[in-house]
Amino acid sequence: MFEVIFLQFLNGLDKGAAYALIALGLTLVFGTLGVVNFAHGALFMLGAFCAVTVRMFLTMETVTVDPERLSPWGTPLEVREPLVQAWLGDFGAVLVNYSVPLSILITIPIMLLVGIALERGIIKHFYKRPHAEQILVTFGLAIVAQEVIKSIFGPNPIPQPMPTDLRGAADIGAFLGMQANVITYPLWRLIYFVFAGVVIGGVFAFLQFTTFGMVVRAGMADRETVGLLGINIDRRFTIMFGLAAVVAGMAGVMYTPLLPPNYHLGMDFLVLSFVVVVVGGMGSLPGAVAAGFLLGILQSFASMNQVKAIIPGIDQIIIYLVAVVILLVRPRGLMGRRGVMES
Amino acid sequence: MNNLMPRNDLFLLLGFTAVVLTMPIWLAPFGAGYPDLLQRFMIFGIFAVGFNILFGLTGYLSFGHAAFFGVGSYAAVWSFKLLTLDAIPAMIFAVLISGLFALLIGFLCLRRSGIYFSILTLAFAQMSYNLAYSVLTPITNGETGLQLTINDPRVLDAAMGQGFAGQPVPTLLGQQMSGYAGFYFCAGFLILSFFIAQRIAGSPFGMMLKAIKSNQTRMQFTGFNTRPYALSAFVISGMYAGLAGALLAVTDPLAGAERMQWTASGEVVLMTILGGVGTLVGPVIGAWIIKYFENILSALNDNILARFWSFLPDGVADVVVKVTSKFVGDGWHLTLGLVFVIIVIFLPGGIMEGVRRLAALFRRSGSSSAKPSARTQPAE
Repeated sequence: MFEVIFLQFLNGLDKGAAYALIALGLTLVFGTLGVVNFAHGALFMLGAFCAVTVRMFLTMETVTVDPERLSPWGTPLEVREPLVQAWLGDFGAVLVNYSVPLSILITIPIMLLVGIALERGIIKHFYKRPHAEQILVTFGLAIVAQEVIKSIFGPNPIPQPMPTDLRGAADIGAFLGMQANVITYPLWRLIYFVFAGVVIGGVFAFLQFTTFGMVVRAGMADRETVGLLGINIDRRFTIMFGLAAVVAGMAGVMYTPLLPPNYHLGMDFLVLSFVVVVVGGMGSLPGAVAAGFLLGILQSFASMNQVKAIIPGIDQIIIYLVAVVILLVRPRGLMGRRGVMES
Repeated sequence: MNNLMPRNDLFLLLGFTAVVLTMPIWLAPFGAGYPDLLQRFMIFGIFAVGFNILFGLTGYLSFGHAAFFGVGSYAAVWSFKLLTLDAIPAMIFAVLISGLFALLIGFLCLRRSGIYFSILTLAFAQMSYNLAYSVLTPITNGETGLQLTINDPRVLDAAMGQGFAGQPVPTLLGQQMSGYAGFYFCAGFLILSFFIAQRIAGSPFGMMLKAIKSNQTRMQFTGFNTRPYALSAFVISGMYAGLAGALLAVTDPLAGAERMQWTASGEVVLMTILGGVGTLVGPVIGAWIIKYFENILSALNDNILARFWSFLPDGVADVVVKVTSKFVGDGWHLTLGLVFVIIVIFLPGGIMEGVRRLAALFRRSGSSSAKPSARTQPAE
């Protein structure tokens, strides 16, 4: 029984990690700019499609028709020659194999630019407007983003293979000194979890230990005073928006091998991640991370057959149920600060 | 405000009635004069009018209204299956059930306001949607959708000794509801809904709702308990959604869970914003425009575009066709999203605010003092 529970706990971690990463970005935006960003799921989706694009470029190939030879169907054989391998040899093959982790390098500058452009171009004008209008404009932006992606990449999910070396499963049970082959866990999910931990740790360290982070935290606490001290807090907040976009994008890239991305990936995750943010407490970064993992693990437990036998359908609604209960009982969320969006 | 000027109200209502009833005539040149689309105009008009009672008057932004729409549909279809194929009992049943459902959800959600209210309604709607697809399959028939079959019990019909041959369809007093009969049935309900919404907006109760929107705290300090007012608005709005859902079930008795998805809730938000929040006519116009363009734009394809742009030189025409084809057909949601973003940024009051600004512009230029203000009368 212990093994089963432990395994479900592990299963919850990777989904929880994705929730935590998206919720972290949402909270960064809300905590700094005070904007409720319904387009954040779209940023996650854009990140995932950065990975798709990179792989498309890496696997470009020339197709030449060889009239001498025939394919099994009797038509002239098409000879496909992958360009990257042709140019770079074995190194090219390695590049293609590791396309998903590699795309992170390209995703970071792209998402930073997208984030900053979004903030400067549109969201900047909505600071003084009511939250309802912020929700509406970002909701509209999310629709636009998803439709642009749909018109470029089509409506179907595009599977992204993970690197061949990382396809196996890790025997965590044996690692922890238990019986071998009882608790095994797909390696990529483990990597996703570790990756999320590194990103989250990095964001917290950035805010905690750098001068830039200190100024941003001061701005979150009292924007006006920081401005009066002669610091250009707006520019720093813009960069924080870019950072939130980067976090969402990276989370999307690394998630592609687990879930083939399609254009409504962002909308699917958006609702859940908003629930996560609210459960954690609006504006609380540790709350967002904790709630992300908590809900991921809860969802994994709720989808156990033993649990479903007791309460049918619980796996479908557990997250929303938790959110409703938390909101009604403790409107501040798990770790929300007093007075932030309270009513 | 409005009850001081009942004449204006009456003109607005009469004008609206005339516009709605003559729709098959004046929409024919625009390629929309067929009953199926017109019914949708009416149904989503009712949905938007109802949504506006909540969002436009009290300022509570619900992202879960499609749940009531779906519940209304299911309730209507069940009434067809269990009681009778007549439409009227189904409508009553659907409105009651969705009202009760809204009472339950509203009671919980209205304990919070602002973004928390939006998230709560969203959570409840997603719960209903997920349950409709999974555990509640005996009630909702899951992905297949709930539909009428010959073997349904139909207690009342059986008691009246009515038998049916072939596929059962909803009727009204024995008349089939297909084609223009269905349209006029829906149109009647839209006009009735509009009239009720108008009375609500002009009544003391409506003033209370507007007071909640402009400053809830101050209202509480004055000694009013705002919760019952907001809850009434929520329930009324939910009943409107249920009515619209039931009408959709009358015209097309196949209820599916996708009607409850949160993107469907988002659609009614789009309609209301596009037309003009807080105005009476705005949401209806928003619903009509979205449904019209959904129908027209999504039917366009490259060939039609090529013919349309054929006056351009060949090379240019190819490029233009390629670009415009991204915005029509399957891509029409892109157009919708762009228009919506532009509206929210530049014209937060929607089309009605645009009309009002234009009217003000004309009046200032002094050419007409008799510009009828009936259509641009704001509800606030």
